[in-house]
Amino acid sequence: MRVPISWLKQYVPIGVSSKELAYRLTMAGIEVGEIDETGGDWDRDNVIVGHVLKVDSHPNADRLTLPTVDIGNGETATVVCGAPNVAAGQKIAFAREGARLFSPRSGKVETLKAANIRGVESAGMVCSSLELQLGEDHDGILVLDDDAPIGMPLVDYLGDAVLDIEVTPNRPDCLSVLGVAHEVAALTGGAVTEPDLSYPEEGLEIDGQVKIEIANPELCYRYTASLITGIKMGPSPQWMQDALVKAGQRPIVNVVDITNYVMLEYGQPLHAFDFDAVKDRTIIVRAARQGEEHVTLDGEKRVLSPPMLVIADSTDAVGLAGVMGGANAEMRDGTTSVLLESANFDPVNTRRTAGALRLRTDASYRFERGIRAELAPRALRRATKLILEIAGGHAAKGIIDLYPGRREPRPVKISRARLKQVLGVDFTMSRVESVLSSLGFERAKEPEGIIDLIEAVEAAPAPERDSTLWMTAPYWRSDISIEDDLVEEVARVVGYDSIPETMLATSIPPRGEPSLRTFRETLKDLLASAGMQETISYSLTSLESLGKVDATASGPEPLKIANPMSVELAYLRTTLRASILETMERNRRVSRGEGLRLFEVGRVYLAKEEARERELPDEREMAVGALSGPRFQSSWHAPRVNMDFFDAKGVLETVFAKIGGHVEYEPVRDPILHPGKAARMVCGDAVVGVVGEVHPAVLERFGLEGAPVVLFELDVEALRQAIPQDGRRYRSASRFPVSHRDLALVVDTGVPSGKVQSIIDRHKLVVGSTPFDVYQGEGIGHGKKSVAYRIAFQSDRDTLTSEQVDRAQGDIMRQLRREVGAELRDLHG
Amino acid sequence: MSQQSHISDIEQIESSALRELDAAGGLDELEQWRIAYLGRRGRLTQVLRRLGGLAPEERGRVGAAANRAKAALEQQLAERERSARKSQIDASLAEGAIDVTLPGWPSPAGGLHPTTQTIREICDAFVSMGFEVMEGPEVEWDRYNFEMLNIPKHHPARDSFNTLWIDYTDSDGERPMLLRTHTSPMQARVMENRRPPVRVVVPGKCYRYEATDPTHEWHFSQVEGLAVDRGITMSDLKGTLQEFVRRVFGPERRVRFRCDYFPFVEPGVDWAIDCFACAGEGCRICSDSGWIEIAGAGMVHPNVLKGVGYDPAVYTGFAFGMGVERVAMLKHGIEDVRLFYANDLRFLRQF
Ligand SMILES: [Zn+2]
Repeated sequence: MRVPISWLKQYVPIGVSSKELAYRLTMAGIEVGEIDETGGDWDRDNVIVGHVLKVDSHPNADRLTLPTVDIGNGETATVVCGAPNVAAGQKIAFAREGARLFSPRSGKVETLKAANIRGVESAGMVCSSLELQLGEDHDGILVLDDDAPIGMPLVDYLGDAVLDIEVTPNRPDCLSVLGVAHEVAALTGGAVTEPDLSYPEEGLEIDGQVKIEIANPELCYRYTASLITGIKMGPSPQWMQDALVKAGQRPIVNVVDITNYVMLEYGQPLHAFDFDAVKDRTIIVRAARQGEEHVTLDGEKRVLSPPMLVIADSTDAVGLAGVMGGANAEMRDGTTSVLLESANFDPVNTRRTAGALRLRTDASYRFERGIRAELAPRALRRATKLILEIAGGHAAKGIIDLYPGRREPRPVKISRARLKQVLGVDFTMSRVESVLSSLGFERAKEPEGIIDLIEAVEAAPAPERDSTLWMTAPYWRSDISIEDDLVEEVARVVGYDSIPETMLATSIPPRGEPSLRTFRETLKDLLASAGMQETISYSLTSLESLGKVDATASGPEPLKIANPMSVELAYLRTTLRASILETMERNRRVSRGEGLRLFEVGRVYLAKEEARERELPDEREMAVGALSGPRFQSSWHAPRVNMDFFDAKGVLETVFAKIGGHVEYEPVRDPILHPGKAARMVCGDAVVGVVGEVHPAVLERFGLEGAPVVLFELDVEALRQAIPQDGRRYRSASRFPVSHRDLALVVDTGVPSGKVQSIIDRHKLVVGSTPFDVYQGEGIGHGKKSVAYRIAFQSDRDTLTSEQVDRAQGDIMRQLRREVGAELRDLHG
Repeated sequence: MSQQSHISDIEQIESSALRELDAAGGLDELEQWRIAYLGRRGRLTQVLRRLGGLAPEERGRVGAAANRAKAALEQQLAERERSARKSQIDASLAEGAIDVTLPGWPSPAGGLHPTTQTIREICDAFVSMGFEVMEGPEVEWDRYNFEMLNIPKHHPARDSFNTLWIDYTDSDGERPMLLRTHTSPMQARVMENRRPPVRVVVPGKCYRYEATDPTHEWHFSQVEGLAVDRGITMSDLKGTLQEFVRRVFGPERRVRFRCDYFPFVEPGVDWAIDCFACAGEGCRICSDSGWIEIAGAGMVHPNVLKGVGYDPAVYTGFAFGMGVERVAMLKHGIEDVRLFYANDLRFLRQF
């Protein structure tokens, strides 16, 4: 809403600068986004209204003249002027020596100096629009209206500022200049003078001339109308055109301009029908018929359906209620009779209609915010008066006022106790009453029908009774219905700066169980400390992207967005795999060949297939990681080798060791992983994730050919559930020494080392084992491999003798032979 | 052998030993010398062994002389070993100098996303004020995202929420499922499941149908706060946010409230901090206002309390929200929100 200060001043005196006013309005919730100022730079003493008394010719130059200007207080000045349009009798903008004005010659603002032009002293200047920065015109001087007061500072006469207000949805009253004026009055201590609504009613009774009926009173709360005959269509006067332009409206023709002007003035949309086009002089406010066609003012044919509301004559719709008028009863150049409508329509229906037809207008914008029905007759009378004044004609006697939705204004209570309970501030009720009065609220009696309450108040001690007020909201406010609304009114006018700062003094509620969040954040910390960089990517993706990791082939169908911003963002992701590979690709392009270790912890969204529509999807937290490129930064002593499966596994092992999970790795087939380089991770009975090198064909889909990419994926919640929750128990370290033995074994190539190790580790004297050499080839039989383990033996009770260790090793060997067919490698054979 | 010859024997061994010790070079030669004189079969040791054949009073005198000589030799040896070890170390130090300007063994450095770090910083500040951190679903019902927050269907306030809807229409022809546009639905969810007192902060992702530009991203994070109990006032809200601002933006920063409208709070405010870049003078960061708006806050609307079965005459509470990326941008001087989820390591590694 653009509100010119000059327009505001018609209703309320403004004693503060536009900047200060904007600040006060903003702090009170009427946010001023910008101030467009005109004339802010004109200095009051030196740029003033002048009256050209006579124009003499310049003795030495044909194209120059010497106007003599009356500048008030009996002063006159003669200047040298080059403008062809200067003439005696004009009111003009006069600049004295010292004025700061735009210089068309230099393109900058300069200080006007006294000058001698071709032998004549010039005591100032008559200004052009360009010099005043009002417009581009520099062909001639700016000529003011004849009523411009001589000697008045030009800024007072022509200067203005337009406040660009961002009105919140609860305040449709501030979609009007008068509404803002009421705010200004409250915030600056002024008083509002509302426009005079009286006009001569010279015509016949309106009732006999037009028939109006509301067929759907649940959608039209009030309908008022006036009738003016004998009008003359034509352009609006300059003052109205200027006001409309400053407020952002394009002037069209007088009657239409007046309806727009009054809409901006009161916030009440109006519509003018060419009365001769209204068949049978009948208006019916009714729901549209299914499939009813109607051409709106913008020339578009609209296909309507109930409960869209139309304004119809005896046969056809002549307007779309609350949205836009119809082309069939549009005001034309030759129109002489106007039926003026000022009505109040149901907000939700107006909003639905405008939304369904994609036709949002200034009218629908106001109606859908729920303006007060009390505005309708006021705006009607105001517009009728302006039509009579500007377009002539005669008004019918009386107005039509159908008001099926009449509701008595309901007083709202405000108490000192509630103010204290909500704001934490103790206000005196006289202060509260004065604040609310300044906003137009009026004292009301306790409403009837709540006798109990009144009795309770009567019975209460006197201070209690004195600390409650009943107030009625002014006719323009539609956002006041409960006590806390009044609490806010008090707070915003008094100012939130006056609210003190206190710390919560109530008891701290008990905490819930440790959540998934705690576990997930620990997991993130561990991954980061293992050298991985966290990334976060979009939750929305495309089917194509999901397809690249075969996520569309199985599992729940991804949830689709009804109104996606683009095809790339049309589905909720069901996997993080594609995200991390895309992130890998993006970074590889700019990484200058360094190794990349990336992870993301985020949600995937899995629709519950059997209850897609009744239940929200399962939002499962997953962690994915991807590692690729050189293991070490290129360095003088680091070998140039690429990361592989075991780099990812190393990261995971570090993480699992820290969170206390024992995880087994089992070979697995995964559609996007290398068939021979992939494992699933099993913790307890649960599969908690997979790790593996990405299949070369998949790498190609992501443009990741080249160095291998290792990917891991963990189900965060499954992992949390699989890890013992009972916390860690401290175990004291054994006081006795550790004995090491090396065991070189030969087994079939298909025997996983992890299996061998688990057999070794389960011996009660073994405290640890590590495979330290893996060998396949010469000296080992075909289909066999040699793996050497370093085994640590230790007892809690005593120092192990070499005999005890030998015996333990023998036990282990027997188990290995039996379970995996292992043989000792003959190192000398 | 006489006692005297024994003693002179000892003296002779001692003097020859000392002579040879002088000539011995490194630690190896010193060890050989030790074996020759003091070892199990060393010359002095042998003298001591022979003492058994002497008369007891002779044995005492010769023994004393031998022990004195042994102690003297051992002491000399220890001294020589010390100095030999020192010169050996000195020699090895001279050889072992490295080029300290060469880079070290590379060790990969990981890190957390700035959003994660900022969420933690925000939540930690509130946790220290007794708030609990909770999370909620990102795919939400219209009911929680709007209706229970006093934003019924067809309410004009919905315009500002640019909602992304899930493609599913119920029997009433309405779309009931959406991507949450704010973390506020958790207000209703938390209160539905607990009785007062309530004191929670809720971080999480939110989504809006929005064209991206340096200050807008359709995919963003918020932290919601909610405290409800008997006797909670707007002054508590102001004090709580002031304390948060002190912790996160520095002890000098001030909070300012300005009236604003959010349907789920009454009174509603927009809260700002004074500009840290210009101290209120006006600059680019604060768009010349001296204040930087952070987000919305207010007292929980009685309709919201009623909706979850709390009596608004008894319980009051406050709620607030803030954009995580906005906080991170202000703290780190980031000028384009789109950097957050573009996942360029050249950005991420700076945090
Ligand atoms: Zn600033």
